[in-house]
Amino acid sequence: MSDLTRRTAAELADALAAGDTTSAEITEAHLARIEDVDGSVHAFLHVDAEGALAAARAADERRAAGRPASALDGVPIAVKDILTTVGLPTTCGSKILEGWVPPYDATVVARLKDAGLPILGKTNMDEFAMGSSTEHSAYGPTRNPWDLDRIPGGSGGGSAAAVAAFEAPLAIGTDTGGSIRQPGAVTGTVGVKPTFGGVSRYGLVALANSLDQAGPVTRTILDSALLHEVIGGHDPRDSTSIDQPLPALVDAARQGSSGDMSGVRIGVVKELGGEGYQAGVRARFDESVQLLVDAGATVVEVSCPSFVHALAAYYLILPSEASSNLAKFDAMRYGLRVLPDGVENPSAEEVMRASRDAGFGDEVKRRIILGTYALSSGYYDAYYGQAQKVRTLISRDFEAAFGQVDVLVSPTAPTTAFRLGEKVDDPVSMYLNDIATIPANLAGVPGLSLPSGLADEDGLPAGFQILAPAMADDRLYRVGAALETLLTKKWGGALLENAPELQGSAR
Amino acid sequence: MPDITREEVAHLADLARIDLSDAELDHLAPQLAVILDSIKSISEVAADDVPPTSHALPLTNVFREDEVRPGLTAEEALSGAPEVEQQRFSVPRILGEEA
Repeated sequence: MSDLTRRTAAELADALAAGDTTSAEITEAHLARIEDVDGSVHAFLHVDAEGALAAARAADERRAAGRPASALDGVPIAVKDILTTVGLPTTCGSKILEGWVPPYDATVVARLKDAGLPILGKTNMDEFAMGSSTEHSAYGPTRNPWDLDRIPGGSGGGSAAAVAAFEAPLAIGTDTGGSIRQPGAVTGTVGVKPTFGGVSRYGLVALANSLDQAGPVTRTILDSALLHEVIGGHDPRDSTSIDQPLPALVDAARQGSSGDMSGVRIGVVKELGGEGYQAGVRARFDESVQLLVDAGATVVEVSCPSFVHALAAYYLILPSEASSNLAKFDAMRYGLRVLPDGVENPSAEEVMRASRDAGFGDEVKRRIILGTYALSSGYYDAYYGQAQKVRTLISRDFEAAFGQVDVLVSPTAPTTAFRLGEKVDDPVSMYLNDIATIPANLAGVPGLSLPSGLADEDGLPAGFQILAPAMADDRLYRVGAALETLLTKKWGGALLENAPELQGSAR
Repeated sequence: MPDITREEVAHLADLARIDLSDAELDHLAPQLAVILDSIKSISEVAADDVPPTSHALPLTNVFREDEVRPGLTAEEALSGAPEVEQQRFSVPRILGEEA
């Protein structure tokens, strides 16, 4: 049954529940697909065929005994290589963690295992999640399944590409400034950044503690909702975890899929659009908004004036937190240890310096140095202190906006996928990819990206972003599912059906 | 706000415990200056009366019951260590030669 890789996770779950297929068959089909196309795509850093098949057989036994562990029991998944996994390497795309096998599971991973989802492997990413193209991975870039010469977005390009290339029906990403949503936009897939605190960060190797959030990477809105309900909810091991039940996400997705938007108030963010946004991205966005209007939504333009400062605030707050978080890579307890050249009997500090130089890539070094600068005594007030104030202003903009509308919308990323190598040595130009996604991280509100169509000028996917108030993640699913239904009807099928067939051969 | 110089970058790398080669300094210092230039507008944005936000969630002091829970075994904790000796992390010398 070769078409198993083309089905959505919800369809696979239904087929498993009906006894039409087995988790072993589904998992084998995806492992075969990985074997076939990942030489070209390079979405995975590690594939765990043995572990996935063992988990699949256990899922089949539970199903046979009439005791599935969850609705998704037996549906395989790929996990970004920033979440710790017992027995599987966790490198964060960095040389400094090459070969490290963590002794504990992240809570997200533990919940996937408890729910019976076989883990196919770990996906590629920009080193320590710093980047928007996956080119900053120490293990080579991931390629966009729509065009192998283009970037799949980042930092979670591996997870998005795995799902877009039908190597996995589901994946986990993490989003600090857009690392789930922007790869979703440029690969024609769905990605959700939950409310900050909605999904546990325990075992998520921290980039920026106050911004990081794990979430679903899928091909449909319903699949994201199903996965979100598996991984979400309170975790006492994460002190920033919200101690409240999740809203009913799957119900919201099913409700939205009728396509009826009557009574829903939608705000188009004035500051996230227009100049700097590719014409084709804007065209698909405007058409999507019109579809929502035609379906009964009330649409108004909303101004969030402080959003124009979000990028600057983010590139002070993030490096500051990152420079502090990455201080733990000291070559003493785990990770790479390199002895400095030509030094006899080097000190611990000399070993630390040499190891951090050898183990970290350029972008990580840039951000550690920037963070060290922003936090140093002479500049703290002017930079970090100001950035924290801007964060307050951005939260106030969201509050005022959500006083008028139920959700806010914008294009997810200003452009479609650019070519590999085009921006890798131009950090500021790379940072601009996240201009529309960053405000949500700074304010902690949830965001979702779904495909809005293909840009006319290059035939590549564009993304539509939906933002909701904190803990109102259900609104993302309702509006997202409605737009997905309307667009799919218009296209006569899913957008990914237009992606070129990947040739099964290594490049 | 002053531009960042090559010497400052070298000093910051030193504070961050990263040995940068001359070639890396040549490469990174101008990039950092460009990044800083692109974000310097931030110093003029917020008025003095705006309170800072360090965290999106207004949580303070999250406690749990003081009860014993299973943790990592010594073997597990040492499993990723570059060097182990007598069930301990083995590290390079931390004091000067003469000390």
